[in-house]
Amino acid sequence: MDLKTLIPQKLKEKFPAVEFEITVYKDELTFKFDKKFVVEVCAFLKSDPELEFRSCTDITAIDWATRKNRFTMVYNIFSMKHNFRLRLKADVDEADCKVDSVSSVWRAANWQERETYDMYGIKFNNHPDLRRMYMPEEFEYHPLRKDFPLMGIPGSLPLPKK
Amino acid sequence: MGLEAYIKGNGFLTTQVNAIIAWARKSSVWPMPMGISCCAIEMMAVGDPKYDIARFGSEVMRFTPRQCDLMIVAGTVTYKMAPVVRKIFDQMPEPKWVIAMGACTSSGGMYRSYSVVQGIDQFLPVDIYLAGCPPRPDNLLHALMKIQEKIGKTKASQFHNVPLKEEGIKLPELNVIQKN
Repeated sequence: MDLKTLIPQKLKEKFPAVEFEITVYKDELTFKFDKKFVVEVCAFLKSDPELEFRSCTDITAIDWATRKNRFTMVYNIFSMKHNFRLRLKADVDEADCKVDSVSSVWRAANWQERETYDMYGIKFNNHPDLRRMYMPEEFEYHPLRKDFPLMGIPGSLPLPKK
Repeated sequence: MGLEAYIKGNGFLTTQVNAIIAWARKSSVWPMPMGISCCAIEMMAVGDPKYDIARFGSEVMRFTPRQCDLMIVAGTVTYKMAPVVRKIFDQMPEPKWVIAMGACTSSGGMYRSYSVVQGIDQFLPVDIYLAGCPPRPDNLLHALMKIQEKIGKTKASQFHNVPLKEEGIKLPELNVIQKN
């Protein structure tokens, strides 16, 4: 059976309570669902013997700036077995800027989530080591947010004296 | 072959202390290769036989700041890296010089962004700004020659950035051989 029909069918069977919004764009399959179920769905996709999405290629977020749900988490995952890529999305509101960490599913997610936290300020529940990835630890802002100025905030990053 | 062929007999030369110290210093400028990004590749090319920095007495790239006279900052310096560069510079003994190699180091270059220091002269005393992205190896050699020119013009008493009298440090007296 084709994976594009098999995966939605399996997910609906396994998670009847979750609403999946399925889109296919340029031959790429995307699922959008509530952020509460992120870990369960990811664990299923990884462990199911017919799917085996064992590789977590990328985790990042999108800042929509003015939308009601300001952020969208994006998970790009890959199945070595089928040479098949899948994208998962989940909306995150600014008022409740937290998502469950999937680093228990894929260990590669550890640093990806740290990067997302550094750049967007989204916090990850149950993350083993949620520190900044790129910016200095005492930095207060999140540079990839749309309201962060391109040249930064003067004085926020200290320089050594001449 | 060399100088000794011209010195006959007992072999005496007369010169000034300033001149001979400056000559010795400028002929053996030991660089600290602060290779942070792609400019470092061109800096490595300067060391190879084609360009051969050894012709200028600078082939001894020391990877410890304690033994260096010249810091070649080759690459984009971010705000996170700036304290590291400054610390290595502070560990170098005086007298010391700095080449800001390439556009990023001199002015931030194409990285007009929150994370990149817009010119290392904000936290280091720069002697030479070297244009190019990255500069060609011959361009770096030109910068080195300019530094040698600068050292050659400097008097021995001017080699320290901070005047020693203000720091209260006494220089050892030189033993000058008296003429009979």
